[in-house]
Amino acid sequence: MDVLDIARWQFGITTVYHFMMVPLTIGLGILLVVMHTMWVRTDDPEWLRMTRFWGKIFLINFVLGVATGLVQEFQFGLAWSEYSRFVGDVFGSLLALEALLAFFLESTFLGLWIFGWGRIPKKLHLATLWAAVLGSIVSAYFIIAANSWMQHPVGVVADDATGRPVQVDFLAVLTNNTALAAFTHTIVAALMVAGALLVGVGLYHLRKRKLAGKPAGEIDHGVWRRSVRIGGWVSLAAFVLVAATGDWQAKLMYHQQPLKMSSAEALCETEAPASFSIFAWNKLGSNECDDVHSITVPGLLSFLAHGDFTSEVPGVNELQERYSEVYGATYPDDPARFGNLAGEPVDYQPVLAVTYWSFRLMIGMGAVSAGVAAYALWSTRRGRVPTSRIGVYGSLAAVGAPFVANAAGWIFTEMGRQPFVVVPNPDVPVEDQIWFFTAQAVSPGVTPAEVWTSLGALTLVYGVLAVIELWLITTFVRSGITAGDTSATPPIGPGKDDDRREGPDGDAGGAGSGRRADDDVLQFAY
Amino acid sequence: MDLQTLWFAAVAVLWIGFLLLEGFDFGVAALLPVLGRRTADRHLMLRSIGPLWDGNEVWLITAAGAVFAAFPGWYATWLPALYLPFVFVLFGLIIRAVAFEWRHQSHDPRWDGTWTHVITVGSLIAALGVGAALGTTTLGLPIDGDGIRVGGSFAGVGWAALLGAVAVLAFSVVHGALFLALKTDGDVRLRARAFALRWSPVAALPLLAWAGWVHLRSGTPVTGVLWVVGALAVLVTWARIRVDREGQAFAGWAVLLVSSAATVFGAAYPVVVPSTIDPAFDVTIADAAVSDYTLTVMTWAAAVGLPVVLAYQAWTYWVFRKRLTAEPQHEDAPRSGEAPAPSELPA
Repeated sequence: MDVLDIARWQFGITTVYHFMMVPLTIGLGILLVVMHTMWVRTDDPEWLRMTRFWGKIFLINFVLGVATGLVQEFQFGLAWSEYSRFVGDVFGSLLALEALLAFFLESTFLGLWIFGWGRIPKKLHLATLWAAVLGSIVSAYFIIAANSWMQHPVGVVADDATGRPVQVDFLAVLTNNTALAAFTHTIVAALMVAGALLVGVGLYHLRKRKLAGKPAGEIDHGVWRRSVRIGGWVSLAAFVLVAATGDWQAKLMYHQQPLKMSSAEALCETEAPASFSIFAWNKLGSNECDDVHSITVPGLLSFLAHGDFTSEVPGVNELQERYSEVYGATYPDDPARFGNLAGEPVDYQPVLAVTYWSFRLMIGMGAVSAGVAAYALWSTRRGRVPTSRIGVYGSLAAVGAPFVANAAGWIFTEMGRQPFVVVPNPDVPVEDQIWFFTAQAVSPGVTPAEVWTSLGALTLVYGVLAVIELWLITTFVRSGITAGDTSATPPIGPGKDDDRREGPDGDAGGAGSGRRADDDVLQFAY
Repeated sequence: MDLQTLWFAAVAVLWIGFLLLEGFDFGVAALLPVLGRRTADRHLMLRSIGPLWDGNEVWLITAAGAVFAAFPGWYATWLPALYLPFVFVLFGLIIRAVAFEWRHQSHDPRWDGTWTHVITVGSLIAALGVGAALGTTTLGLPIDGDGIRVGGSFAGVGWAALLGAVAVLAFSVVHGALFLALKTDGDVRLRARAFALRWSPVAALPLLAWAGWVHLRSGTPVTGVLWVVGALAVLVTWARIRVDREGQAFAGWAVLLVSSAATVFGAAYPVVVPSTIDPAFDVTIADAAVSDYTLTVMTWAAAVGLPVVLAYQAWTYWVFRKRLTAEPQHEDAPRSGEAPAPSELPA
């Protein structure tokens, strides 16, 4: 493999991995804000225990998201320096704004939240969580605005001398319709991740308690029950919103990146009305659209693309020809910029199997999640507790479904825009369009050995960390609510580090058993 | 001042802010095996930086982000030229971050001990790596006319990188000791103070040598004055530790960093990546900068955002401003000569 392929694998692996943590951070953060706010408003110990328990999971996960996020920022410069040079006028400022306006907020206030239990006034302490979670949402906005600009470059003109985009309208970049659709889609998808976790873990504990004969009147019963109910409703509502925002995105994409959507549907020939493919197959290993056979629903694709059942939807083969005419049938014959691909034909069609199946995996796993949520709500109606092994363990296993859906969604949208890294904007006259091939984006001076080394090292470290993270989260989930979760006093032990310490806010939650500090395995943090 | 110069200054301020803040948590982490003789001491040291390290690290992300945003030509030349060293730094930062949070998740002392070592190792790697990167960027990288590195993976790592690495680490270690002297009480405070008293004059040398080298290469009278201020700050620091004025010593040491880093950036200006091959290949701010429009947008965002960030970060430091004492541990006998055992608070 040459640097281009290795660097693409590296970007794919590190990004998908990073995005395992991110939706949980965003989704669980939002639910955590609700729980903590409800506790402060009602003083109900159930809310406190929920905040503490889910807060622990949130923090274990958060830090891995931060650690792997560092790689993302540096990777643009390390492996994709020509991309960084090309898009610097727009892309870099969005990353810098993300750091300045979101990361500082997130990290500073999360530190205050972790260490602030019982140390700062209760409402101020709650505000620190609001600020931290707001930071994670703002961060999502900026990075998605950056990504969406690559999918649909707006607010720029081409520089006469260098051909690079020069920013002329920052507001247009921030209000890019692609970004607004992708941002809302991502946030509600993150809520599905958090909802599934609450449902799976909550059902597991409810069942365990019931089988152990523990009374339903105890606080902890209420904690798990409430977790399931909240998780279930959030998942269902988020699924509806995911579908709505997804539809919005798809309609934009049919206009902005028709090849991505036609590949997602294995629509090879232009059709009017166009049918929606349920299941498609072709010759193994072939990316030729002529080989594809498909089971279809007539007219549905026209509706998804344009909102009526008759419109024409262009097929892959026709689009491929159109792109070749406008953007060149071959890469420019310039080995310094295009390496091995200089002068080679350009394949404007993304990898058919990947786009087609990742698109279906995304939708399918989202639907699985919604189904599990509906099951959870039904099986816990009016105080019931399900004891079905299949139902409860199935729901626990289905915690993974929205993670897979999220990963598949990103793989789809990123693989689907190949061979471009910056896709030309069809709203702009061709002569003013800006585009950039992935093939010309890699760092020219970097050797395959270097990228192999970093890919190997990062994959190894990420693998080890994934094992530890999963083990930690599983351990916490199994242990459930522990003594440390019943109190809101600082878990650091009776240190004298702050004489302004407030009284025991956690009266409602029980005695100050959270003070056992370092000998308590399940202390909150620090 | 034109916008490019303003942003060169802003980038310098962000790097200085990063070194000043993360410097002490790098230092505390590096000193864990040196000053933290007992588990309780190590926990105390970690608690002193616990709420702060993550916020401090964002300065690095913002500094790198600002380089990308304002000078993509700098970013795109610098990072690939030092590809493997930067990957090494990322490795250090990753293991360090997870260790901070995961350390508490089991009560097995070996678990805690292992992650504590990981924090130390990760911090050493990160401090050395960032120092090396900054060292080469100020003293030169083997880049050709297209900004592409010539001569293999480690061609950029020479004496300048080594000097930068040692300078940042040595500064951080004493900075961490002074922070501990300021923020803790008991044995750790005494040991940290003694450490700073003994090592501060030595630890300042690589930083002063680095700044002096850049000044001699391309300095101005102003950078010369800044360098002298930095050197004097070392004397002040040392004299203040002697008389147990930890706050003033900490401030003095901070002046050393600010002056030295200002010397480096000031002398390097307007070059951001000097070429060791031919001065004609030097990347200057004009070569590397984005459009004035983008710089204007960024200036507004920073003018609004940065003061807010500074205000709430300052508030964090204020919330956690009290000196910390070691928590009583079951395995430790009560110690004499320490702060009185903290009493249980009313329940």
